Amino acid sequence: MATTTETSKAVVDLVSATVRFCGDSGDGMQLAGTQMTNTSALVGNDIATFPDFPAEIRAPRGTKAGVSGFQLHFAATEIFTPGDQVDALVAMNPAALVTNLSDLVPGGILVVNKDAFDAKGLEQAGYKVSPLEDGSLDAYQLFSIEMTRLNRLAVDGLGLSQKEADRCRNFYAMGLAFWLYDRPLEPTLRYIDEKFGKNPNVAEANRRALRAGYNYGDTTEAFSSQFRVSRADLPAGKYRNITGNQAMAIGLVVAAKRSNCEVFYGSYPITPASDILHELSRHKNFGVRTFQAEDEIAAVTSAIGAAFVGAMGVTGSSGPGIALKGEGLGLAVMTELPLLVINVQRGGPSTGLPTKTEQADLLQALFGRNGECPMPVIAARSPADCFDVVQEAWRIATRFMTPVMILSDGYLANGSEPWRLPAVDSLEPIPVTHPAAPTNGEVFHPYARDERLARPWALPGTPGLMHRIGGLEKQDITGNVNYEPENHQKMVLLRAKKTALVAQDVPEQTVDGPDAGDVLVVGWGGTYGALATAVRRLNSKGHKVAHAHLRYLNPLPRNLGEILSRYKKVLVPELNLGQLRMVLRAEYLVDAIGLNKVKGKPFSVNEVEAKIVELLK
Amino acid sequence: MSTDALPVLTANDFASDQDVRWCPGCGDYSILAQMKKVLATVGTPREKTVFVSGIGCSSRFPYYVDTYGFHSIHGRAPAIATGVKGARPDLTVWVITGDGDALSIGGNHLMHAIRRNLDINIVLFNNRIYGLTKGQYSPTSPLGKINKSAPMGVIDNPLHPLSIAIGCEATFVARSIDVNIKHLSMVLQRAAEHKGTSFVEVYQNCNVFNDGAFEYATDRNSKADTTIEIEHGKPLIFGKNRDKGIRLNGMEPEIVELGKGISVDDLLFHDEKAPEPSLAYLLSRMRHPEFPEPIGVFRAVDHPKYDEELNKQIETARKNRGEGKIEDLLNAGETWVIE
Ligand code: SF4
Repeated sequence: MATTTETSKAVVDLVSATVRFCGDSGDGMQLAGTQMTNTSALVGNDIATFPDFPAEIRAPRGTKAGVSGFQLHFAATEIFTPGDQVDALVAMNPAALVTNLSDLVPGGILVVNKDAFDAKGLEQAGYKVSPLEDGSLDAYQLFSIEMTRLNRLAVDGLGLSQKEADRCRNFYAMGLAFWLYDRPLEPTLRYIDEKFGKNPNVAEANRRALRAGYNYGDTTEAFSSQFRVSRADLPAGKYRNITGNQAMAIGLVVAAKRSNCEVFYGSYPITPASDILHELSRHKNFGVRTFQAEDEIAAVTSAIGAAFVGAMGVTGSSGPGIALKGEGLGLAVMTELPLLVINVQRGGPSTGLPTKTEQADLLQALFGRNGECPMPVIAARSPADCFDVVQEAWRIATRFMTPVMILSDGYLANGSEPWRLPAVDSLEPIPVTHPAAPTNGEVFHPYARDERLARPWALPGTPGLMHRIGGLEKQDITGNVNYEPENHQKMVLLRAKKTALVAQDVPEQTVDGPDAGDVLVVGWGGTYGALATAVRRLNSKGHKVAHAHLRYLNPLPRNLGEILSRYKKVLVPELNLGQLRMVLRAEYLVDAIGLNKVKGKPFSVNEVEAKIVELLK
Repeated sequence: MSTDALPVLTANDFASDQDVRWCPGCGDYSILAQMKKVLATVGTPREKTVFVSGIGCSSRFPYYVDTYGFHSIHGRAPAIATGVKGARPDLTVWVITGDGDALSIGGNHLMHAIRRNLDINIVLFNNRIYGLTKGQYSPTSPLGKINKSAPMGVIDNPLHPLSIAIGCEATFVARSIDVNIKHLSMVLQRAAEHKGTSFVEVYQNCNVFNDGAFEYATDRNSKADTTIEIEHGKPLIFGKNRDKGIRLNGMEPEIVELGKGISVDDLLFHDEKAPEPSLAYLLSRMRHPEFPEPIGVFRAVDHPKYDEELNKQIETARKNRGEGKIEDLLNAGETWVIE
């Protein structure tokens, strides 16, 4: 069995490395990246990943539109982002090279599949002359390898067709990258056994391809040195690698269990949220009911129906779907039922950029409904944080009898990081109560309220509590339909006050960095990693810069105004045109400055750092 | 205190404390009265019954029955009912809707609720007009009909609720008329008893905006000739003197007179249990004034029910893998320990 062996070559120790695999969407680059990620996690590195899917699922082979990439950052220290630039780029064809090369650091390692640089491949990528021959890649350490040929040789004799043989090429590329960064092959060999066990020939071919790539690095003269990134000093505990969508789905199942409810997930397939539906549908033994609805409207309204009868009603989508759910969300606000609404944001408007990330749905989450229609909104900041955010959202939804909007984004949904598993006994029950049948004939008031202004969650099936709810304005206390002016004013204010009260029930905002100073960076959602890294870098250089990353976007943290006043400048970096900035300016009359990017890509640490430095001048 | 016999409910027990706000003389009153009777007869406890509605005059219905109720948003009642029944199969669910609610803004939900065959009962009050919004034409308004939003007459081809339901693979399809109270309660009773989605169209008079739309079917003098009561296993006979019948001529129905060489055996016999919906569809296409319009149960067949299947999968998963444990869920996949 191939394993990490003593090598004759020099080993260079690194603190961190960033590798990107890129190729045609049929080249298996996501698998290559995922395997290297899992392996790096298992050897104890901290990791952050950035899968980048092509916009078109079936773009013609070899074209730029069909390029799929997977970037992985692994380190011996704590890291928060998948890296601004890559140290090593593996490009399986010319289209992948031309679309990814600009992210490779000067002097970086460039591994290309030489066999793909034929006339057709070059033409599809727009190259007139092969970049492998015209000296245009001189700034990099170029390794031009006949991967197609060498891979076919490796799997020769197994009776595979040429097409089948070429399908193993990603394992060849993986093997090479694994050697380069001294990663063990065992986890991938185990994966091959599990995945292809039923097909021994294919399994063997993949094993051979993996080893051949590895041995190529080890034995040929091409590479003079190997790199090593030792384990990171992460907090003690048990870990697993997790994507945002997985963490969201698992979080829902756990939150339901903690509250003794069962999940009803109404959803219509949409990128990049569908994986939540897929993951949830595997957990039916937790009583999870997944309902693939006929449309987004049925997805939300079925979840509302399920909430009415006592389930944990959840609906998930992305921006266009959330737009369609708007009327349903208003109904959930009016009927004051607990409901979770997940928006995995993507580039907009309209169909926009389905596979790319953006944060431009914040104002939609806060205000995108008719009437005065307040709803708590909370945002996850990293893939694993999706788990915690769901717990918090469900706690708020049931304590306050309200729908809660959870914001994630494409970057968090598909990106992964090591997740330190919570101890099961630390997951205390989320108490949910339902009124019991009245014993002495007292009249039930469905819109009576407790000290948090929450109304009772009375379940159908309970004798004596029969009541009717709906979208028409309710009379205070009785819940009967009521059109009186004074009552409407009262009810609008009650709903607003109830949402505002959530601020008293959640932790105060914390700040990373000095308590007062020159610049406060305020962010929310998936930009956390880039902002945290930029601010820490500047702190280590002695600058008075701090970072407040908001989880609670409605209501805003009760101490936020006071925090904002302690810094000379406030910078709000967002992947939109300034939506949180607008809210902060309106709410606190603060002269917040924006750093705004809408390219379908996350912030790089460098661009955030540069902006802060500019403000420090 | 437990007693052996459940308390016997009466129609009055199903009346809520809310004032009924339909226009005086509206056909909805009669449907409400029959529904309360049927609920009492069926005997499902009030707390186990949920009425779900959308928007429109008919959708006020849940306020007037003393069960659990959800007066939701326009067109979405079937989707809400899907969540209710999917999450709680122990509940009896009625959806009350109208022609605009079900066939226009909510068409998609209606279609999918029916094809999933959830065990719910959908009652569509068809008055062929928009009453709540004061008189615009609806998807069932006939061509040429003059009204507020079509002063020169309707130019949209109308939809026919039962044809739609049958096209959506409905397992129970029936029609009745608001003022035909005996027949209506029979049909509602049958709908309640059916396992799977029951779809009932009720001709309902909107005496304010579309008065007399169904006069042909309710008028004492004409109704025997303009409607035909269909019954399983029975020949299609109608007319004041029960001397006319429906016969198949190839694939087409035709009206024949009994006697004169045509006997009952030559007529079309109704089969509500026919596995193929062709007969039910053919009946749903018989329209006034060319034909007498059938009332009764068009189709009643048994098929898998979505809510039952959904919950069966949960049971199976629990049986095969045991009740899910948080511990296992968290620890799934490859894990590693950092000391
Ligand atoms: S408008 Fe027509 S349908 Fe509506 S309540 Fe009045 S009579 Fe009935």
